[in-house]
Amino acid sequence: MAHPSQLGFQDAASPVMEELIHFHDHTLMIVFLISALVLYVITAMVSTKLTNKYILDSQEIEIVWTILPAIILIMIALPSLRILYLMDEINDPHLTIKAMGHQWYWSYEYTDYEDLGFDSYMIQTQDLTPGQFRLLETDHRMVVPMESPVRVLVSAEDVLHSWAVPALGVKMDAVPGRLNQTAFIISRPGVYYGQCSEICGANHSFMPIVVEAVPLEHFEAWSSSMLEEA
Amino acid sequence: MMAEDIQAKLKNYKTAPFDARFPNQNQTRNCFQNYLDFHRCTKVLTAKGADTTPCEWFRRVYKSLCPISWINKWNDQLEEGTFPGKI
Repeated sequence: MAHPSQLGFQDAASPVMEELIHFHDHTLMIVFLISALVLYVITAMVSTKLTNKYILDSQEIEIVWTILPAIILIMIALPSLRILYLMDEINDPHLTIKAMGHQWYWSYEYTDYEDLGFDSYMIQTQDLTPGQFRLLETDHRMVVPMESPVRVLVSAEDVLHSWAVPALGVKMDAVPGRLNQTAFIISRPGVYYGQCSEICGANHSFMPIVVEAVPLEHFEAWSSSMLEEA
Repeated sequence: MMAEDIQAKLKNYKTAPFDARFPNQNQTRNCFQNYLDFHRCTKVLTAKGADTTPCEWFRRVYKSLCPISWINKWNDQLEEGTFPGKI
């Protein structure tokens, strides 16, 4: 989850998010190097004691500062396209879950076998127990088997919403009348938080998402108990 | 031969598999098409007096993909005779 004074991404909980973090680090390193170079050049130009500063042209440096940026751009573009296509690969999900956005809560439907559906409301600040996270916890979590390809179909029942879980590298708009597909594999067990990411009215900030990844047997036990409850 | 195939497919059903007709992000039509196909299949097979087991596949797929509220709405529309699709 996010923590105070955080500078970077949350730890990755899916292979796709790991790749996104690596790409980001690679690109940011290039950005830092270029910025450092430019800063150096600026300070050098401003503090020089040389008097002949107004040379008008030079073929060699023009070639260098054309070719080098082109190479740098290619070094950014190739990993970028690689991850773009990687994220678009055809997957073979083991499980389909529907995440429906409402004003102002999410509801989850697991209908591959039985009709399991439940609402997921934010736990109000005054009802939190010690150790729980303000504005992030929900009464029911979207429980998912770990290391299994999961398909999530995101839609909305009223206005636009967006289903996002940063640790998984997932964000998908919830559009009424449309079924948007996203997929992920959660690499490790844990609890992953997200928040609604499309303005949807007064309580847009108070309809979080909680995904809980557990071993398959735990998931089966959980879904049986949820069906019994209902 | 066909009947055993469909039984095997239904028994091993986990969730709606990848459908090459709907390869992209927008799966709305995938859900709707399977709903239509189930009802069309049922209508045709019951008219012939045949076993409707093959239609089960479409039912499993649309149940996996379609939001419950959409299914309920369409079922109500079918009952009322206001369903917009051609069955």
